[in-house]
Amino acid sequence: MASETTAVLRAPVSGAREAYWGFTRPQLAALAILVAILAVGPFFLYPVFLMKLLCFALFACAFNLLIGYVGLLSFGHAAYFGMGGYIAGHAAKVWGLTPELAIIAGGIVAGLQGAVFGWIAIRRQGIYFAMITLALAQMIYFFCVQAPFTGGEDGIQAIPRGSLFGAIPLGQDLTLYWVVAAIFLGGFLLIHRIVHSPFGQVMKAIRENEPRATSLGYRTDDYKLVAFILSATLAGVAGATKSLVFGIATLTDVHWAMSGEVVLMTLVGGLGTVFGPVVGAAVIVTMQNYLAEMGAWVTVIQGGIFVACVLAFRRGIVGEIANLLKVRL
Amino acid sequence: MDDIFGIPAPLLFGQLLLGLINGAFYAMLSLGLAVIFGLLNIINFTHGAQFMMGAFAAWMLLEWAGLNYWWALIIAPIVVGITGIVLERLMISRLYKLDHLYGLLLTFGVGLVIEGIFRNEFGSSGLPYRIPAELQGAWDLGFMFMPIYRGWVVIAALATCLATWLLIEKTRLGAYLRAATENAALVQAFGVNVPRMVTLTYGAGVALAALGGVLAAPIYSVNPQMGSNLIIVVFAVVVIGGMGSILGSVITGFGLGIVEGLTKVFYPEASATVIFVIMAIVLLARPAGLFGRA
Amino acid sequence: MTALGRRTLLAGSAAAALPLSHARAQQAATIRIGVLSDMSGPYRDTTGPGSAVLTQQAASEMANRGFTVEVLAADHQNKPDVGANIARQWFDQGVDAIVDVPTSSVALAIAGIAREKNKVFLNSGAATSDLTGAQCSPNTVHWTYDTYMLAKGTGGAVVRSGGDTWFFITADYAFGHALQRDTARFVENAGGRVLGAVRYPFPATTDFSAFVVQAQASGAKVLGMANASTDTVNTIKSAREFGLHRRMKLAALLMGVADVHALGLEQGQGLVLTESFYWNLNDRTRALTARIRPNNQGRPPFMVPAGCYGATLHYLKAVAELGAARAKASGVEAVQRMKAMPTDDDAFGPGRIREDGRKLHPVYLFEVKSPAESSGIWDYYKLVATTPGEDAFRPLAEGGCQLVRS
Repeated sequence: MASETTAVLRAPVSGAREAYWGFTRPQLAALAILVAILAVGPFFLYPVFLMKLLCFALFACAFNLLIGYVGLLSFGHAAYFGMGGYIAGHAAKVWGLTPELAIIAGGIVAGLQGAVFGWIAIRRQGIYFAMITLALAQMIYFFCVQAPFTGGEDGIQAIPRGSLFGAIPLGQDLTLYWVVAAIFLGGFLLIHRIVHSPFGQVMKAIRENEPRATSLGYRTDDYKLVAFILSATLAGVAGATKSLVFGIATLTDVHWAMSGEVVLMTLVGGLGTVFGPVVGAAVIVTMQNYLAEMGAWVTVIQGGIFVACVLAFRRGIVGEIANLLKVRL
Repeated sequence: MDDIFGIPAPLLFGQLLLGLINGAFYAMLSLGLAVIFGLLNIINFTHGAQFMMGAFAAWMLLEWAGLNYWWALIIAPIVVGITGIVLERLMISRLYKLDHLYGLLLTFGVGLVIEGIFRNEFGSSGLPYRIPAELQGAWDLGFMFMPIYRGWVVIAALATCLATWLLIEKTRLGAYLRAATENAALVQAFGVNVPRMVTLTYGAGVALAALGGVLAAPIYSVNPQMGSNLIIVVFAVVVIGGMGSILGSVITGFGLGIVEGLTKVFYPEASATVIFVIMAIVLLARPAGLFGRA
Repeated sequence: MTALGRRTLLAGSAAAALPLSHARAQQAATIRIGVLSDMSGPYRDTTGPGSAVLTQQAASEMANRGFTVEVLAADHQNKPDVGANIARQWFDQGVDAIVDVPTSSVALAIAGIAREKNKVFLNSGAATSDLTGAQCSPNTVHWTYDTYMLAKGTGGAVVRSGGDTWFFITADYAFGHALQRDTARFVENAGGRVLGAVRYPFPATTDFSAFVVQAQASGAKVLGMANASTDTVNTIKSAREFGLHRRMKLAALLMGVADVHALGLEQGQGLVLTESFYWNLNDRTRALTARIRPNNQGRPPFMVPAGCYGATLHYLKAVAELGAARAKASGVEAVQRMKAMPTDDDAFGPGRIREDGRKLHPVYLFEVKSPAESSGIWDYYKLVATTPGEDAFRPLAEGGCQLVRS
């Protein structure tokens, strides 16, 4: 991973002066396109499909925070995504919380999970880190199979969308869409802000050369843990939002295949790029949707994309575009 | 000598024995993984699919060529090993200069592709494969009936592990391999064809997985998902044992089989999770694994 | 894979036959039916493409009724969110009824969406009796089978034939628990006793030897397997390996012809199980099988696809009586009409749909033949007992369905 991206302490690529709020000019242009698509999307495409896409895009962005900027491959991120969904579902259905509180609850619990698991996992690097996160996610999966509140195989069904702040009913798909789009943009900008802050600079330093960062006096474990918690919290928010959109939270969301999917999305889109995860999520979710009628081939095609990306396409879609245009995206 | 912790002693011993047998499978599979990682630094996520291919190869040999189990024990690993070699030459070798994790992602993807293709071809219900006539039946051990086939599995697994360990630790070929992991360039300078050795070693690791598959075919359902169910557990075994240590994986494999067997008696619902709990604990205490070199 | 994975347009000869001089010159309405199933996962063989074939068969048999029928198919991959997304999109884009849907979690999600959009949900594949109980809905018809029927069918009958002590090996999740609980109740009601049970982690377990040995140690006469498909196959293999079958009867609580095929008759012989359809049961089922085989890769229909056939056929009959426009406008009305009309088809024979949406039809206890008794591929069952439809399912009052006026 380290070989493909620019070192943090070198001057950025030409033309990449930080124009506004940490975005370079090309990134601003991309952001403008993204916002435009968000604004007109629901009038051309099916809103529920778009909402699913946005939730996964946020999930992928949260994952990318860890792998792209800190260099830690978490192979168990579904644990935070799924648990966020379960907590939000339970909060909305059983405790009767309003949707924004339910989502916040999901995010917080996922963050706490991230704190505990992160503390265990970050003591190791590389493949060991990935294996530990996978093992911990498996434990969460089996916990969810057993725990009564998750509903086991049936999942939590009929989660009410409720009324935002107690006042705005979210029953209409279009209304909910604006809320989800706002959540996504908020999360996206938050991640970007984190990355382009002094904290983010240290994270990148850790990714490039951890011993050097340590020798400079930074307590790298603390930075890694904070990044982990942030990533887990946002993944939880994504999962919570998704369960409100669909009204269900099930074991699929905590299964290791879901962890694999978010890796795929980020890889396809471009690891370590700002817009990569969004594009990757869009590609994979769309593909799953349109290939649903071909069912049996979806696994094969996803596996094939994994292979192709790793062998020939490591920068991902956005990464390749960025490379072509010689900008940072 | 009636009840131990509330469980009748015969039942307990029976479960321990069963655990040992399961441990034999874990040991065999983790052996292949440990060889590949320890010597080649490749994380072979395709291992589960290759295990499955071994079982299917045995079925195909019986269905399409009329070759029985004993032939399959020899032919299936060779055939699947060759597919492994092809995979290594075509794809994996391109990733050696990169971060380990790309190897993980690549083999993960290849595993998905293989499983998907087999599922399309053969459906997901599974195919029947009988225990060979010579190994049918059971011994009456007094405290339980022990199927002869399962006894055979333990013996075969132990023999294979021992043979592999001897090969790597005690022969010249093994010495070259071990040297090549330390300093490939130097070994190559001595005239040893390192890339070829690497390829063959990968093939051998894959063949071990396939051999496990053939051993499993008579007692587990031969279906495309059989590998992915096992692979995560096997990874945990390898990680606990220490990723570079072959002896570590074998001992951990057997050990874990026994622990899992005990869990099935006292708290069966947790028998799938216990291994991950142990993994988390071990990694906290001894990060390189029980037998690993850091 | 047949081409039925894509949209199939049934040429409406009815539409072509409408005389142009007809005063109103109405275009024939199109009834769209979506087959939502597991096309690529563990249930692909018992449901999957077969369900689409059988639904298409029902649609072809109901041609020339004044409307065209279009059948679509998609794979929900056993994921509730994939299924929910497809269902929403389908309903919003003109699909009138969704058929099949194995996997209870997906089925419950679809039932909710069908209710929300006032469409029709004809479930054939799922086991949960909640579909006609706590989660019943005026838009749902639950055909084919459920956990109660399986439990009563196998549990009661086995006890009556002498198997009065049971030991359960149960998949540790909601379905497994429900199956064990329901079966245990019938065992005890019939005078039997449950000596013990062991729950194993689902879906992670491939080796059942430990549990089989525990069953052996219990001394029970019957092994009740509260699990499905691959798990059942693996349990049976282990049981035979340890010689369990010589002293205990093996009762598979959810198993079908496809699973027996996967197991092989040599390992499967003597197993008892309950199904509501078997291709070789009587002349009518054989006639249906003959019609189906050419489109179904030479295979006979299995239970769940047969349910899709029966449900679709009855739905289209209701549409014909109601008029396509009214049926499309309100799923509740269409289902009400379905409940008002008695059912009859080649797969399940005569029956009816109850107020809570539960379809009633005779249920059969089968025993798997030995290789010697079987005349060839797919000829796997001999009939042991029949339970009439009114007795085979959970009584109306016990379900907790709000549609039932007490």
